[in-house]
Amino acid sequence: MSNRMIKTLKRLAAAALFAPALAFGAAASVHLDRAPVSTDPASLQHGAKLFVNYCLNCHSASFVRYNKLTEIGLSEDQIVDNLMFTGERVGDLMTIAMRPKESKSWFGATPPDLSLIARQRNSAAGSGADWIYTYLRQFYRDPSRPTGWNNLVFENVGMPHVLWQLQGEQVREGDTLKLVKPGLMTTQEYDKAVADLVSFLVWMGEPVAEKRHTIGIWVLVFLVVFTGLAYLLKKNYWKDIH
Amino acid sequence: MTTKSQALLNWIDERFPLTSTYKAHLSEYYAPKNFNFWYFFGSLALLVLVIQIVTGIFLVMHYKPDASLNASGIPVAFASVEYIMREVPGGWLIRYMHSTGASAFFIVVYLHMFRALLYGSYRKPRELLWIFGVLIFLCLMAEAFMGYLLPWGQMSFWGAQVIINLFSAIPVIGPDLSTVIRGDFVIGDATLNRFFALHVIAVPLVLLGLVAAHLIALHEVGSNNPDGVEIKKKKDANGVPLDGIPFHPYYTIKDIVGVGVFLFFFSIVVFFYPEGGGYFLEYNNFIPSDPLKTPPHIAPVWYFTPYYSVLRAVTYPLFGIDAKFWGVVAMGAAVVILFFLPWLDRSPVKSIRYRGPIYKIALAIFIVSFFVLGYLGVLDPTPGRTLAAQICSVLYFAFFLLMPWYTKIDKCKPEPERVTFK
Repeated sequence: MSNRMIKTLKRLAAAALFAPALAFGAAASVHLDRAPVSTDPASLQHGAKLFVNYCLNCHSASFVRYNKLTEIGLSEDQIVDNLMFTGERVGDLMTIAMRPKESKSWFGATPPDLSLIARQRNSAAGSGADWIYTYLRQFYRDPSRPTGWNNLVFENVGMPHVLWQLQGEQVREGDTLKLVKPGLMTTQEYDKAVADLVSFLVWMGEPVAEKRHTIGIWVLVFLVVFTGLAYLLKKNYWKDIH
Repeated sequence: MTTKSQALLNWIDERFPLTSTYKAHLSEYYAPKNFNFWYFFGSLALLVLVIQIVTGIFLVMHYKPDASLNASGIPVAFASVEYIMREVPGGWLIRYMHSTGASAFFIVVYLHMFRALLYGSYRKPRELLWIFGVLIFLCLMAEAFMGYLLPWGQMSFWGAQVIINLFSAIPVIGPDLSTVIRGDFVIGDATLNRFFALHVIAVPLVLLGLVAAHLIALHEVGSNNPDGVEIKKKKDANGVPLDGIPFHPYYTIKDIVGVGVFLFFFSIVVFFYPEGGGYFLEYNNFIPSDPLKTPPHIAPVWYFTPYYSVLRAVTYPLFGIDAKFWGVVAMGAAVVILFFLPWLDRSPVKSIRYRGPIYKIALAIFIVSFFVLGYLGVLDPTPGRTLAAQICSVLYFAFFLLMPWYTKIDKCKPEPERVTFK
């Protein structure tokens, strides 16, 4: 029931608030695929594993502590054993050893901190999750780039295709990509893995989001009751005013 | 009342006007009984002010106005906001209430001002009340602008850059003035620190003083009402207006219903849409400020966009001075002209209920232009959009500047003797 209520409320509020935003949609140049974002602990945990293995070498998540991952259903021991490799303590922030200045000279741009990436990439074209989901699936071989990789969503990106072993190699044909060398995963498996990673990034962007929704429902229920009682009180007080 | 508590009250009243103040402003302040929907927004503005002050106090306990970079290369100020969002217990709620409160403040104040236009609440004898109100609006704009710099994200930085650069367009003193505002030759730590000081203490102090003056002036002249007739003209034997009812308990209780409805919508945003679709918290502001990376599209927050559009609409240089300067003048004039409203309106009636068709059409055109200007302000300018903004700016000013004539020739209906109720 509460899920349905959230959805209806969301739709109502969205219609009222963002009617002007719809007008901007047309301006977007790149088509973004809709990311199947999940709040399922298994997906988030898989995403966390991909994140620490593939992203956390160059990108920090300096607002997130390792033990924050207990909120997606992992125990501290599981975190230490499976997700921490370089002798940090479980209460430490997910920082990296690479210094921003050095990485800038190596890649041309400092790899951004990913704590908020899902919130930063929101735009009229789609949510931040959609952007990342599309971006991570649209790398292609481009010998003219220093890394040998280019991307349809983020042209001339400084980042190489870190997940290429999983996805395989794609080449560009016009505005579409074709898989020419398969990776360790099938396309479906790869899309699912990226979706899990994106779900984790969305969670990391605002770990409190789910709790916020739950509390919000109760606040609204309280306010409906409160306003109803206040209205009855008002009616009673005002009955003598003619 | 028991004699003991009566004795205590007497003891206080001999030293402080407690009972007489309570009577003058609440239990024996007579407000017209015919207030409608539009009369909720005054008390709601007061509620939002309290929300902003209380949440602001708690934010200041954890926020750090420091532009230097931490070990991960992120500005300390930006990181401290994320620290509030993630690690301070309940910090996310306090912060979202404050950021949503900023937009809510402008929504209720714009509606409150629209009410004044509908029912002629700025007309004699309420000119000073209106002027205090416009000053509050000005303070609010300064407060919102300075507060927006504090999270130190990309939009904080580049929005401030655009606005502060406007001051440099003023001839002779401009460049020095903008340096004084920044406290440096570029926006940096000095700017952040002084904006913090102004946002947290200087402007709120002025704001509170003005709100007090606004309320004192209101209670001196009495509230206007949807009929625009003075209830003080018809009094009973005790000197109580026939159409007046004590503010407490009647309107205190009615306003509580308004508070409930307002908080319902406020909570929908805070708990489900804190970003407000990118209008209340701009997406680019989740990126730490970077002086070397200009965002492709810099838009002010929604509540400034009508005035920003007026600024951009001026594209002709005059008297050998840059168009930008005249844009600043036009933007300033668009706010300052509000002060003169009480003397521009020459209509024999106050309320839109008894005004003729000309004022109704003029007000409708004005509101539409204001919305169009606001809409254009969030978009990048194109020649067509600039033309639209120019037309709407002219209409905006025409509403005020032609008012002495069109309100005079308008065919008004006779005002009733007493207020209409039900």
